Amino acid sequence: MILHLTNARLIDPETGTDALGSLTVKDGVIVGRGGALPKGAESLDCAGMCLAPGIVDWGVKIGEPGERHRESFRSAGLAAAAGGVTTIVARPDTNPAIDTPETLEFVTRRSAESVVRIRHMAALTKLRQGDEMTEIGFLLDAGAVAFSDVFNVSTNTKALARAMTYARSLGALIVGHPQEPGLTAGAAATNSKFASLRGLPSVSPMAERIGLDRDLGLVEMTGVRYHADQITTARSLPALERAKANGLDVTAGVSIHHLTLNELDVGDYRTFFKLTPPLRAEDDRMAIVQALADGLIDVIASFHTPADEESKRLPFEEAASGAVGLQTLLPAAMRLYHAGAVSLPQLWRALSLNPANRLGLPQGRLSDGAPADLVLFDPDAPFLLDRFTLKSKSKNTPFDGQRMEGKVLATWVGGLQVFQG
Amino acid sequence: MTFRARHLLGIEQLSPQEIVAVLDLADRYVDLNRRTVKQSDVLAGLTQINMFFENSTRTQASFELAGKRLGADVMNMVVGQSSVKKGETLIDTAMTLNAMRPDLLVVRHPSSGAVNLLASKVKCAVLNAGDGRHEHPTQALLDALTIRRAKGRIQRLTVAICGDIAHSRVARSNLILLGKMENRLRLIAPPTLMPPGVEGFGCELYDDMKKGLEGADVVMMLRLQKERMDGGFIPSEREYYHRYGLDAEKLAHAKPDAIVMHPGPMNRGVEIDGELADDINRSVIQEQVEMGVAVRMACMDLLARNLRAERGRAAVGVMV
Repeated sequence: MILHLTNARLIDPETGTDALGSLTVKDGVIVGRGGALPKGAESLDCAGMCLAPGIVDWGVKIGEPGERHRESFRSAGLAAAAGGVTTIVARPDTNPAIDTPETLEFVTRRSAESVVRIRHMAALTKLRQGDEMTEIGFLLDAGAVAFSDVFNVSTNTKALARAMTYARSLGALIVGHPQEPGLTAGAAATNSKFASLRGLPSVSPMAERIGLDRDLGLVEMTGVRYHADQITTARSLPALERAKANGLDVTAGVSIHHLTLNELDVGDYRTFFKLTPPLRAEDDRMAIVQALADGLIDVIASFHTPADEESKRLPFEEAASGAVGLQTLLPAAMRLYHAGAVSLPQLWRALSLNPANRLGLPQGRLSDGAPADLVLFDPDAPFLLDRFTLKSKSKNTPFDGQRMEGKVLATWVGGLQVFQG
Repeated sequence: MTFRARHLLGIEQLSPQEIVAVLDLADRYVDLNRRTVKQSDVLAGLTQINMFFENSTRTQASFELAGKRLGADVMNMVVGQSSVKKGETLIDTAMTLNAMRPDLLVVRHPSSGAVNLLASKVKCAVLNAGDGRHEHPTQALLDALTIRRAKGRIQRLTVAICGDIAHSRVARSNLILLGKMENRLRLIAPPTLMPPGVEGFGCELYDDMKKGLEGADVVMMLRLQKERMDGGFIPSEREYYHRYGLDAEKLAHAKPDAIVMHPGPMNRGVEIDGELADDINRSVIQEQVEMGVAVRMACMDLLARNLRAERGRAAVGVMV
């Protein structure tokens, strides 16, 4: 089957271009740009709307196994398709954790229920406890794209160093959560006047710098490939910049929520704004947006974390942490574009090309031979978000009731349309 | 009417006019409380439930007495940890109570913001009797009344708040109230007991108590929780007393007529010298307890008026 998409505003993160053109897809693969309508092709006039590589969302929590009432592969896939996400990179912080090839094979099988692609990270240590490394080799063979204990930070530095040394020999990618665990224990907010007046236990933003410094030291020591899951404070940036300048194999991500919200959004103890790490001051948010524009921060992800109503309807300190984001990642990211902070190709480098490159996936591009994972969207279409319209099983979005711009019109995975807006 | 609040969740939501309205009415209740017959019927027919998720003797007794003197039917529920252990959530507890149709709900809870959450789910007036480290509004109001009666005003005073400011909801409510009433505020504490972001509070900060007390009209001491005494936040009880315990020598740096306050219960010999606490010329600690009952009567009276007015409006709405 041949699909010819014409009159599209092509957002190409690889070349950094944003221009009108056409794109031809054959047998699930991009085969050319700007050509005439091939024989027998189905043609679609995109009416000048944006056509970009599908988003590669790195760090999505899916409730399988263990918490399917919060999110299943099926519901996550539908939410992703509606949000222009064509590849989900799932987290291993399930119950039980994905720390053996057998559990990885189980979730890989279950992933078939999703309409978008699912790739899996595996735990770096057994039970994500930070003491004994998992079977990194077997897990790589079974398809793990990266290794992470997610929000559990090992205090056993020796064990972590060994796991990294071993991972290096296999070329495995480690995803760290750079937060010093002693300082972050019990914190529900970031140190500030706001947190103190609300009476919330809080953590210094320096906890991130200290955590990052340790991890970068270990990277220098072991030579492992390392990705910091979320860099959210200004104080971490010089350390990251130095590590990159020194040639360490390091990349960094940030959640869309830390790019678009700040600590004051918590307001009157609104638990949908409780995140890990906690939301930061506006100065930090602006510094991170700048770092994204400068390319120091490589990846934007949703850190989609489904939580049921009960776990959020609690006093702030006791409430669950995390927010859903698969379906709101694109419109929230449009805020950065409309604010003039980044261009669309820049945005798509962070949403699609960079995570794909870092994880060794062929997605994230519009070049010939790339998989036809595409999203067609209207960057300006306004809407008022009603959380109950989200396709995720959990509705814990901080954007509920907010004005947003950017609507997904269609999503294709491997040339097959999986969503029609 | 000046006092418009539906709930008393914190000082933060009150205007200076509302604060003065509470204090003015409380003054009248002080007179009532000093009579032999201390009965009023302004809350007659209303039900007050005291729900304490955290142990308290003094505050609970004060609220109970306040309600009874105003003629309310008062019920005490010591929730403690029992229903929490049974797995009932705060909101379930609130909904259960709501179904019993109380009019005034007095709540203390160990989590900051828990009382706000509860207030959003019930149909009665909610009074915050202390939530985590957040607020304890009736304590700040009774402190304000005590100061106003001792100093003749609640503006343009230099007030020093000393001790465990980081973990104290009393300190937060007090500094919000005293700030709203345009006083000069000083916070005195070892840096480990100062809250993060304190630089933004608009207070003068001191870690030297004598300097901090210089020229103060009011010295407010805070209770140091037992579990914070050893090692974690301060080196020891005795070093704390040496540097931050209020005694006659340190108090000599304040104004000669400065008053000494403490929300109680006191740790004598930790944050305050026992003799000084009992000195009737300086200490107003007993007055604070007395004012507590009057202030709580005033708060419940004002909230009940608003509740009745709201229900009246709703009833008229139904008829139309």
